[in-house]
Amino acid sequence: MKFSIVVFPGSNCDRDCHHVLTRVMGQEADYVFHKERALPATDCVILPGGFSYGDYLRSGAIARFSPIMDDVVRFAGDGGLVLGICNGFQVMLEAGLLPGAMRPNRNGRFICSDVRLKVENNRTPLTRATQEHGLLTMPIAHADGNYYAPADVLDDIEKHGQVLFRYVDAKGRPRDSANPNGSLNNIAGVMNRAGNCFGMMPHPERASEAGLGSEDGKVLFESLIQGRG
Amino acid sequence: MSEKGKVQVSVVVLPKAEILDPQGKAVLGSLKSLGFDEVADCRIGKVVRLTLNGDGSDNALIRRKVSDMASSLLSNPITEDFEIVFDKGDESK
Repeated sequence: MKFSIVVFPGSNCDRDCHHVLTRVMGQEADYVFHKERALPATDCVILPGGFSYGDYLRSGAIARFSPIMDDVVRFAGDGGLVLGICNGFQVMLEAGLLPGAMRPNRNGRFICSDVRLKVENNRTPLTRATQEHGLLTMPIAHADGNYYAPADVLDDIEKHGQVLFRYVDAKGRPRDSANPNGSLNNIAGVMNRAGNCFGMMPHPERASEAGLGSEDGKVLFESLIQGRG
Repeated sequence: MSEKGKVQVSVVVLPKAEILDPQGKAVLGSLKSLGFDEVADCRIGKVVRLTLNGDGSDNALIRRKVSDMASSLLSNPITEDFEIVFDKGDESK
């Protein structure tokens, strides 16, 4: 399977994604610089984490207007798979590829920590290899991960199974104490209605090798690859 | 007042009323502990100061253009509202 990893000025998780996709998952992956006008032939676009444009103005607000984004939006509109991780998720929200918006963490601090996620919908290209309502541990590292959507949009997302992951406690409960950043409904990741665009604040690419603490992120890449097979 | 041939406009971006603003709340608390009991609320946003080329003879046009800038890039319409404020002296042109 061929992955295209977009690199914006300030992206810093592109290499981790490339490493996991090629050396851990054995797939093909290329970098695509944000100034390119067209994506190469690809099966999945990854918008990686980092601090594109220094998070100036709002995280992802400037990157969403990068030249390559016209083609990423076109690719998504044609049903292509797009996964945004952390800053990538923020770019997709700003670009309208996913519903809602990100706000600063409610405690006003950058949080770098492992979190527990519950898979809310395992019938998607990103989660099909996971257990229904399975729990996954992976790290977050962000200052603006407080997911917000107006009440009617939130209801809509919940009703249509668009919530992919929720922050939960050890018993799988989306308690407020398990919510690191104030996200509404403890939402950690969502997908679009069409089911081809995915965004998540935690970093699966930092949880794909046992030696780094958790392999729970691997199953998400396996899901994407499985779908292709 | 801005120099000839230029118009100064500020876009004030604030979180929408229904959005929780922890920063504003924290600052409100600080103001109260400093003894400023008269402060009822505090919201924190940002100001984008734009200098536009032109003689400012058509403020309505400028307002429309700046509004486009504000709604497409300078603010996120889901979570923020914006106000356009002309520089003193430029308003009446």
